[in-house]
Amino acid sequence: MSNRPELLAPPEIFYDETEARKYTSSSRIVEIQAKLSERALELLALPEDGVPRFLLDIGCGSGLSGETLSENGHHWIGLDISASMLNVAVEREVEGDLLLGDMGQGLGLRSGVIDGAISISAVQWLCNADKSSHEPRLRLKAFFGSLYRCLSRGARAVFQVYPENIAQRELILRQALQAGFGGGLVVDYPHSTKKRKEFLVLTCGPVQTSIQTGKNEYDESCSEDDNSEDEENGEVGISDRNRPRKKRRTNKQGKGREWVLKKKEQSRRKGNNVPADSKYTARKRKSRF
Amino acid sequence: MRLITHNMLSCNIKGVTNGFPLRIEAGNVIEKEVDFNPDFIRHMFAKIEWKALVEGARSMGYAELPEDSPDAAVLKSDEPFLKKLHHALLELHLEEGALVCPETGRKFPVNKGIPNMLLHEDEV
Repeated sequence: MSNRPELLAPPEIFYDETEARKYTSSSRIVEIQAKLSERALELLALPEDGVPRFLLDIGCGSGLSGETLSENGHHWIGLDISASMLNVAVEREVEGDLLLGDMGQGLGLRSGVIDGAISISAVQWLCNADKSSHEPRLRLKAFFGSLYRCLSRGARAVFQVYPENIAQRELILRQALQAGFGGGLVVDYPHSTKKRKEFLVLTCGPVQTSIQTGKNEYDESCSEDDNSEDEENGEVGISDRNRPRKKRRTNKQGKGREWVLKKKEQSRRKGNNVPADSKYTARKRKSRF
Repeated sequence: MRLITHNMLSCNIKGVTNGFPLRIEAGNVIEKEVDFNPDFIRHMFAKIEWKALVEGARSMGYAELPEDSPDAAVLKSDEPFLKKLHHALLELHLEEGALVCPETGRKFPVNKGIPNMLLHEDEV
């Protein structure tokens, strides 16, 4: 797949001058980044006492995600491996401090000083071995281990990740848990292939019991046509091998209105634009047609 | 780079046990004004390594911080002191210069305010 930049080149080479500028001047990327960091900050669940916190932005790039942190009044350190991206960040006069560093080499920070960490679309880069000396497992281990040390007790780290496959997701999660973190994955828009976003929410120290719920299309826009099926999404499907298979319901009349409604509902859940149901939906045509 | 970040940074080279604090070799220091928030300063005070901060501030040409760490009680009321701390932590920027590891003497250059903390392959 050519749309995964981490397969093309290592990050410090892929994000050169032109690519860094392109990245920051694209209004679509800026908007997506802002939304993702907004959501990541929400998942960080910082105490709401009005005191600014000292946060870490891992893979900050040109500081798009850091801007959201500044807007919310927090102070932050940004870490990135691409000098070009950081130069763009300097030009844009971001408020946080920037460090040129490789997260796979571990973060050189003192223990217990950071109140929270976010990372937008960065950790999957660690899964690639770009040099002969790179070993993804060890780099992830160094990264999560050093992150665990520098976070204060009870602090959270939220990573928005695009794992390429299940093996990568497992590798990341396993290394995080081995480092001592508690927590798991929060998935937004689980039904959609494009809008689906995964957040790895890790807690340092005791895990709080408050439950994070994934976002759903219904929360935002589609509430006008049908509100009845909101609860479906947290459930886990069970497949039973011994259960008799459902018989196909095909007869001479075709699939029927019920089937069409079901399919439309499925498509709606994926976030697609689907016409509203009406009395004309799945109605039979006249015979003279 | 500000002193608040300097106070968190330590040398990450393999085998180094005491990589903190990094010595500052100041080339060019600038000041940028930041909104004063006493709550944040109080919040950060507990995490700050006082000696490293005073030394860092000195090497960047700011010598108004007392040598000894003040009591937490002072922080509650002493507004001028908090302002000084605020200035040292958040408003002084090291633009050009270097950070030096206290143990190995390895230099991390600082350009345009960004410290280059990348390690060579034999240092990981």
